[in-house]
Amino acid sequence: MRIVVVGYGPTAHRLVESLTGRGFTGTITVLGEEPRHAYDRVALTSYLTGATLEDLTYPAPEGPATVRLAERVTEIDRDRRVVVTAGGHEEPYDVLVLATGSAPFVPPVPGAEHAFVYRTIDDLNAIRDAASGASAGVVVGGGLLGLEAADALRGLGLATHVVEMAPWLMPRQVDEGGGAVLRGHVERLGLSVHTGTGLNRIEPDKVVLADGTEIDAGVVVFSAGIRPRDELAFQAGLELGERGGIVVDDAMRTSDPAIYAIGECALVGGMVYGLVAPCFSMAEVAADRILGGEAVFTGGDLSAKLKLLGVDVASFGQLSGALDVTYMDPVAGVYKKLFISDDARTLLGGICVGDAGPYSLLRPMVGRELSASPSDLLFAGAGGAGLSGADFPDDAQVCSCNNVTKGQICTAIHELGLTDVAGVKKCTRAGTSCGSCVPALASILAAEGVALSKALCEHFEYSRPELFDIVRVRGITTFSQLITEHGRGRGCDICKPAVASILASLNGGHVLEGEQAALQDTNDHFLANLQKNGTYSVVPRIPGGEITPEKLIVIGEVARDFGLYTKITGGQRIDLLGARVEQLPKIWKRLVDAGFESGHAYGKALRTVKSCVGSTWCRYGVQDSVGMAIALELRYRGLRSPHKLKSAVSGCARECAEARSKDFGIIATENGWNLYVGGNGGFKPRHADLLASDLSDDELVRTIDRFLMFYIRTADRLQRTSAWVQAIGLDYLRDVIVGDSLGICADLDAAMERHVGGYFDEWRATLDDPDKLRRFVSFVNAPDTPDPSIVFETERDQIKPVLLEVTRA
Amino acid sequence: MTIIQNHPETRTGTATAWTPICAHADLLPERGAAALVAGRQIAVFRTFDGRLFAVGNRDPFSGAYVISRGIVGTRGEEPVVSAPMHKQSFSLVTGMCLDDPATAIPTYPVRVHNGTVEVSVA
Ligand code: SRM
Ligand SMILES: Cc1cc2nc3c(=O)[nH]c(=O)nc-3n(C[C@H](O)[C@H](O)[C@H](O)COP(=O)(O)OP(=O)(O)OC[C@H]3O[C@@H](n4cnc5c(N)ncnc54)[C@H](O)[C@@H]3O)c2cc1C
Ligand code: SF4
Ligand code: FES
Repeated sequence: MRIVVVGYGPTAHRLVESLTGRGFTGTITVLGEEPRHAYDRVALTSYLTGATLEDLTYPAPEGPATVRLAERVTEIDRDRRVVVTAGGHEEPYDVLVLATGSAPFVPPVPGAEHAFVYRTIDDLNAIRDAASGASAGVVVGGGLLGLEAADALRGLGLATHVVEMAPWLMPRQVDEGGGAVLRGHVERLGLSVHTGTGLNRIEPDKVVLADGTEIDAGVVVFSAGIRPRDELAFQAGLELGERGGIVVDDAMRTSDPAIYAIGECALVGGMVYGLVAPCFSMAEVAADRILGGEAVFTGGDLSAKLKLLGVDVASFGQLSGALDVTYMDPVAGVYKKLFISDDARTLLGGICVGDAGPYSLLRPMVGRELSASPSDLLFAGAGGAGLSGADFPDDAQVCSCNNVTKGQICTAIHELGLTDVAGVKKCTRAGTSCGSCVPALASILAAEGVALSKALCEHFEYSRPELFDIVRVRGITTFSQLITEHGRGRGCDICKPAVASILASLNGGHVLEGEQAALQDTNDHFLANLQKNGTYSVVPRIPGGEITPEKLIVIGEVARDFGLYTKITGGQRIDLLGARVEQLPKIWKRLVDAGFESGHAYGKALRTVKSCVGSTWCRYGVQDSVGMAIALELRYRGLRSPHKLKSAVSGCARECAEARSKDFGIIATENGWNLYVGGNGGFKPRHADLLASDLSDDELVRTIDRFLMFYIRTADRLQRTSAWVQAIGLDYLRDVIVGDSLGICADLDAAMERHVGGYFDEWRATLDDPDKLRRFVSFVNAPDTPDPSIVFETERDQIKPVLLEVTRA
Repeated sequence: MTIIQNHPETRTGTATAWTPICAHADLLPERGAAALVAGRQIAVFRTFDGRLFAVGNRDPFSGAYVISRGIVGTRGEEPVVSAPMHKQSFSLVTGMCLDDPATAIPTYPVRVHNGTVEVSVA
């Protein structure tokens, strides 16, 4: 059998997966108009906030599927059973499946051609380009997608307005009371909301509303509803709904029995579904039917949860009912409402604004008897009222996106011996789409007796933040004491360096002092960076990148005298590579004598604080970025942390120091400094978020002090600040370190003062200690013999390691 | 005098030639040191309980002579060293790579004699 699928979105992808998963052996040809593999449209917005296309792309289908990208189908010839593409390609079929999705509705207002829509990667690229030259934006439509788009524009740095025709935001999901609370949240985020009014026209740089209001806007995005893409079906003479949509029966068959339609283009039971979960169910039904099964589509869950805005909004089940119970706290911005049957026993649906905690636990309980009184569920939150994943009956649907029941999850846990959420996701697919059921997955795992392992490694049951607290509260000073009292065995290359870092953060002292020496990774043990041939590199600290000609000459002389390879690093320093262990102290001695210290290009510690030339020289600079960068580098040098720390200071918004790609980046303003946190280059680049604006020098330093100390205390091992800030949330972080919501700021300040006061040059201290110096030899029994295995050749007038023979790949 | 030896089979051998390396006190607990013996690079380790081990210093995965600079610890009951280059763990007792059992590094007899660490590469 030859199956042809038109459209390659999430629904088509699921159909192919389902067909091959069911052992289909014929041929499948997928024709997709977009020039790329199917991707997770639900997560589209994350593309603007750091996710890459690869992150969003679904795995390529296995089995007998052929995918033709950038092929738009323009015609279905039902008599010959072929589809024809814009490029003239013909593809014959026995069974045709239309999965053409939908297109954003663009209202016919004057100037609509200046506006963007928000549906595909290409749309987002176009929006991003337009935003770079604009300062304000308007989103037309205040529904689920409109708010998501508005948040994205805000994230692109635009002053953003939302225009909604209905009297309140998200009219399809929440009632008037919920809408009012939601509006408060949205406005607090800095978005301007205009409800109860439509659009009159769009002009090149502004938008005029029906009520006459004019808004300056360089970017206008329509998110005012979707229209099924039924144009092909129309051309082929298939039956369409009055307001669009390809009519199908509950087996997903169109009026031509050889043609199916699934996903957002289908009209089933009089409805077009605009959420991915019912689309996936349709794909499963069609796959089953094509292979001779009896599956029927019985309707879909319309539960929805607003992502990203940092505001929880969720609704599920029926949004009306015989009885309702409302909980409202306008101060905290929380609005929760449950709809229940008139005997007050069965849950029908609910709305949550400001706290979607109950959502993942209550949604699977729709249509079932309540385990606690409705007001308890609302007041205490579902968890507080004792409701957890454990209470779900086996047939309750836990993941609505992927139609996975509690029973299926429990079976997978026991039969496959799953021990964590990642395993459950992988084996059942639950939690892999919108992610809102993940908390429920965790509570089911816990209820099934599986403790979620946060263990650092086989030697400690604890996570890094927990170990940090144990060491701090119990005043532990050695690894031996910690592992004897709180761990097992004798440690490994994971826990030893992690504990070394904790001990260094809390107790200071030399990293090679006493027992600590045995905990350090080779780089920390030799205070330099190991290279592939067993030599080390030395990277003298050059705070802020500022260096005198005399010092430059010294670096050149040292490199020449020791025969080292020399390179400018990406961190505004100079790397000297190819030193043997016994040369290291001699190199440091020369550097120390010239007023340098060797720097950390290794170790989980502060690396560099880069700077631009700033106001001293640059005609645009508004503050002394070099002076600030030097002060910060000197303040935080040597600070041991869960992962490396990088920083930069730019003298104005032109940002020549690339501060927003740093763990803490500082950009000068007319009035002081803006502090950005959580940036990252590396594997997963991310722009830093603005934590505080227009700070004075003192305020800046104090805020960074607290940011770093709070990170050191609570982050996981090898978690850069970018992942940490995302995990704890920027607002929470700001509450803790600016608002002192936990009352720990004095403690964090004192910890940083201890670090600053206790700092010393660890390379110089090593030179001063004959005991430590004795370790810097190639051979204990032949201290004067260099390692004979280290051999160099010459390339571009400098040394380069001779390739070593490797026995095992 | 203590003799700590992890190769019982060599205890009876008469032909064993021992090469002195360094004072026992020169070895840091849970850390290694490299020695050059008859042209061969040996990594000598002293574990937390005072036991000594000697293995080849060459890391078969990178080709560099760096095993002596690895972190010492345990995998289950097994004393191990992890290669500093790419972190594969090797048993200090058998030399076998626990992350790739097809790979091993050589092991050598080691003892303390009158306070001096000695290895045999015969
Ligand atoms: C020397 C240098 C490359 C160069 O020649 O320019 C370098 C070299 C190394 N980098 Fe880097 N990175 C260097 C700048 C960077 C930068 C650019 C920057 O700092 O402005 C980045 C991206 C920015 C960032 O970190 O967010 C960078 C991202 C990484 C990463 C990925 C980190 C991540 O979060 O994804 C690693 C791997 C890791 O740390 O786990 C890494 C790791 C390494 C290591 C330590 C790998 C290793 O274990 O051997 C390299 C050893 C350095 C050495 O001297 O032996 N290096 N590395 C640069 C030293 C700058 C300095 O003066 O300190
Ligand atoms: C920003 C955003 C956020 C969302 N968030 C959520 C959410 O949180 N929860 C949720 O449930 N849903 C969400 N959705 C909706 C969800 O993405 C859709 O339900 C889902 O994508 C529908 O999949 P589909 O495959 O039916 O259609 P589509 O994803 O539209 O895919 C159809 C594909 O067919 C192609 N095509 C159309 N016509 C042709 C032709 N003639 N020839 C070849 N190819 C053609 C199109 O180019 C497109 O690639 C969101 C959507 C967006 C845009
Ligand atoms: S960031 Fe501004 S002050 Fe610094 S060099 Fe660039 S333009 Fe000049
Ligand atoms: S409910 Fe969306 S992933 Fe489970």
